[in-house]
Amino acid sequence: MADWLGPEGWQAVVLSLKVAFWATALSLPFGILVAHALARWRFPGRGLLNGLVHLPLILPPVVTGYLLLLVFGRQGAVGAWLHEAFGITLAFRWTGAALAAAIMGFPLMVRAIRLAIEAVDPGLESAAATLGAGPVRVFATVTLPLAAPGVVAGAILSFAKAIGEFGATITFVSNIPGQTQTLPSAIHALLQVPGGEAAAGRLVVIAILIAMAALMLSELIARRVARKVAGA
Amino acid sequence: MSLEVRIRHRFAGFALEAEFTAQPGLTVLFGPSGSGKSTIVDAVAGLFRPDHALIRADGRVLTDTDAHIFVPPHRRRAGYVFQQGRLFPHLSVRRNLTYGSRKGGADFAQVVGMLGIGHLLDRAPAALSGGERSRVAIGRALLAQPLLMLADEPLAALDDARKAEILPYFERLRDEARVPILYVSHSIPEVTRLATTVVALRAGRVIAQGTPSEVLGQGALGGDAGAIIDARVRRHHDDGLTELVAGDVPLWVPRVAAAPGTALRLRVGARDVVLSRDRPTGLSALNIMPGRIAGMRDAPDGSVMVRLDLGQDALIARITRRSAHAMGLAVGQDCHAILKSVAVHGSDIAPAPG
Repeated sequence: MADWLGPEGWQAVVLSLKVAFWATALSLPFGILVAHALARWRFPGRGLLNGLVHLPLILPPVVTGYLLLLVFGRQGAVGAWLHEAFGITLAFRWTGAALAAAIMGFPLMVRAIRLAIEAVDPGLESAAATLGAGPVRVFATVTLPLAAPGVVAGAILSFAKAIGEFGATITFVSNIPGQTQTLPSAIHALLQVPGGEAAAGRLVVIAILIAMAALMLSELIARRVARKVAGA
Repeated sequence: MSLEVRIRHRFAGFALEAEFTAQPGLTVLFGPSGSGKSTIVDAVAGLFRPDHALIRADGRVLTDTDAHIFVPPHRRRAGYVFQQGRLFPHLSVRRNLTYGSRKGGADFAQVVGMLGIGHLLDRAPAALSGGERSRVAIGRALLAQPLLMLADEPLAALDDARKAEILPYFERLRDEARVPILYVSHSIPEVTRLATTVVALRAGRVIAQGTPSEVLGQGALGGDAGAIIDARVRRHHDDGLTELVAGDVPLWVPRVAAAPGTALRLRVGARDVVLSRDRPTGLSALNIMPGRIAGMRDAPDGSVMVRLDLGQDALIARITRRSAHAMGLAVGQDCHAILKSVAVHGSDIAPAPG
């Protein structure tokens, strides 16, 4: 496989999977928290939070990438602090690619999880409370298990979005082979040079395979979880 | 152990203003749908926050809006049996039952045995029948060791056979458990069989409260009115009838499955009682009981509720105003009450509260 793709193509595939995995894994807890807040809590600023979460879906990805650069770049408020305090650099690193992918996939993740939480019968949560379960236990033992199919769907959507993210990523972390060159960036780069079509074509095949696999996996998991939740 | 409830809350187009004290035993909140019964129970459970409320269980304040006290539902220890059971669909029956268990709490085996659900433990709630679901819901609430039991029409979703299957469990709870039970119902047979106290609600207000015979005998309840009579089984006869005795008045009803000597409580609907000034003869009705008119009250629908004193017990007859006039009925007159044996159904007869 590595021979067929060439070292740079292979690197791009591996990097994309790594970026997508961490983007999904690290944003999932936040996604669940925000989805629960939007579905169940009543607080001032709820509409604002909803708008902020959805912003990356509507903004041109280049704008999101540029904003990330402003905030998380070495000169940015958060970026400078992260560098000073922890020695973490995001801009032009794969970690930055993961951050960009996480933010771009966040609206999709939150939406799927929120719908699933809203579909959980609040009467079951009340019943759990009357049995002595505090809010955290109610969430962990009733809401979350019953919303699990939506959580799986949200995670897979976020993962797929992360694999395909291009605009914000290339703006924030550029297109450095072996460092920040993800699958779409690599395809884009290959299409810019004469004679790169064959290599690009091979990466396109890989991209399609990953997408199909992710979809089939999500179907499989969602069906299994749904069956368990229904208690059959 | 008693429960004190005072609630005022304004909904759009509906005001709830209820005040009552539930004594130990089983208190039925009785009234048509939309009268505010479930809202009151939710407020006691802490699932609903009224505008103004004072709710105290055995001196323990649960809600006091004046003092800004609101104990969250998970700290109230109010076992709640919901109308549809509300079992957790993703957990087995066993895990539903143990969800709220406390250390050193009610004995799992004992509760499971009492409810007869031992063979269901590994099933999923979706695989249970309606009656089984109700029993598991009762068990789940009991195992949380509640200081207070709440039940919101727990039998409403069941057919008559299933109701008959579940009612005895509530009778046992009432007689054995030391916690007060607040039970929502709009069913007269349930009130008759279960209640130690009845709080009758209509349109968000308490219109009557007291013992079942006090409340059900009031004309305010209209067509639902009836008398509650405490009787004892004297003997069973070969022709399929059971002879009861209420005070010293004999009463013939269709065969009751209870041994002679058993104390029973039965409800006699006001619309099933016929009055006669003279002792009638040549009638098919078996029960002809002499008494004295103790009270007459005009019901809102134009009929007259006549209360007939039989000695120990009293009967209520609901007759038309025209009949009352034609017969010249007045308080203090002697009169006979006539009751067909078959008018007393099995669902109107229950073991007397122990």
